Amino acid sequence: MSLFDKFQPIIDIRAELEKIGIMPFGAVTEKILSPTEGIVNGHRVILAGTNNYLGLTFEPECIQAAQQALVEQGTGTTGSRMANGTFAGHIALEQELAAFFAKQHCIVFSTGYAATMGMGSTLAGPGDVIVLDADSHASIYDGVRLGGAEVVRFKHNDAADLEKRLRRLGERTANTLIIVEGIYSMLGDQAPLADIAEVKRKYGGMLLVDEAHSLGMLGEHGRGVAEAAGVEDAVDFTVGTFSKSLGAIGGYCVSDHAELEAIRFAVRSYIFTASPSPSVIASTRVALRLMQERPELRERLWANAQRLYDGLKDLGFQVSPQVSPVVAVTIKNRDQAIAWWNQLMHRGAYVNLVMPPASPTTDSLLRCSVSAAHSSEQIDRIIDAFASLKPDNTQAVN
Amino acid sequence: MPDYNEFLERIFEILKPFAKQGVILNKHSELVTELGLTSLQVMELIEQIEDHFDMSIPLNILPDIRTVHDLATQLEKLGR
Repeated sequence: MSLFDKFQPIIDIRAELEKIGIMPFGAVTEKILSPTEGIVNGHRVILAGTNNYLGLTFEPECIQAAQQALVEQGTGTTGSRMANGTFAGHIALEQELAAFFAKQHCIVFSTGYAATMGMGSTLAGPGDVIVLDADSHASIYDGVRLGGAEVVRFKHNDAADLEKRLRRLGERTANTLIIVEGIYSMLGDQAPLADIAEVKRKYGGMLLVDEAHSLGMLGEHGRGVAEAAGVEDAVDFTVGTFSKSLGAIGGYCVSDHAELEAIRFAVRSYIFTASPSPSVIASTRVALRLMQERPELRERLWANAQRLYDGLKDLGFQVSPQVSPVVAVTIKNRDQAIAWWNQLMHRGAYVNLVMPPASPTTDSLLRCSVSAAHSSEQIDRIIDAFASLKPDNTQAVN
Repeated sequence: MPDYNEFLERIFEILKPFAKQGVILNKHSELVTELGLTSLQVMELIEQIEDHFDMSIPLNILPDIRTVHDLATQLEKLGR
């Protein structure tokens, strides 16, 4: 026995992939040409696996703001938010995010992972209970494991199963935190938040929603699934990231609970890490404003999502349960998924290869994420690349 | 609440497909190293037990479980 034994499955799969000359994990973007094109592992490709939903990564105004912050404030804060790492920009962004979400309080974190993991590990501790959706992101699982609360899963997107579990808890729901996501990152399906909010109202507890993949996409103002479902009042904490629709890196938590200002000083992923660089904060602030000023970005995103979804479905692929900026093709055979991922690269489309345990089932996924910056022609080229995988387009792929 | 033996019986039932040819499932069978369950399959096992006995099983018990016996013991404790 050695410390390294537990890594053997990873060592094996890496060796297997190296032998066939395909390296899907940690693919290198050698040159980024635009929000939607780049040279990856030596191939010029359309980027269809970047989560750059609104395509703001090359937005001139964002770049200019970041450049100005670099010149005026330097390359980094070199410290924690709790010590020397809170600049005026961090506070301004917190105020702007709170205003955007129509909430009273906001914490800005260094990454989305730090936000979700930090809140999950801090809000509920020993003696408390967390009831989370079974398909929750790794950052949620990591957080709740650290916190020491009793952790129970409910079946993915099944409000009735959540209700059953809350009912079993009886009075313990008073110190229970329910955790769900808005749009789920792997399949792009949405949480039935109206039903979940109703169950929460009936049984008590608090609700945290991770809108990492839904910020800027749903609801009248783009606040996410909770806004679209009309249940923002039932959500106690909303967490999310700047690394997707806002094209930068960082995370946030917003809430109407005044206690969030005290909780800030209890979240270890906030205290014991350096704060976001001023340039990141500057571009994020502009992107947040542009996201609100340009609802047409959201319209383009959904039009592109619909186009890709319909195209892949028409080809007979097993696509996600509902149309979303995340369009995932499910493939039962892992080796087939690896080979197809590689063929897509050669055909000019970069997508994400997802294998268990990162995928929600024992199946593998070719996961696409759509951007508002994709042209219709680029979406069609992605569809064409998928079409090339199948000599017989009428046969359903499982 | 079911007792140890009822849990044991149900776990054996669910794990039947995982028993390799010639291997007889017993309470000392190890879920991961011997039967080869992946983390996803362990979660499916937990879900099936939850459904069958109409109970919630906290994930917190998982680090203490290596064998079928460990699982049945932890499940029995939950009912106490």
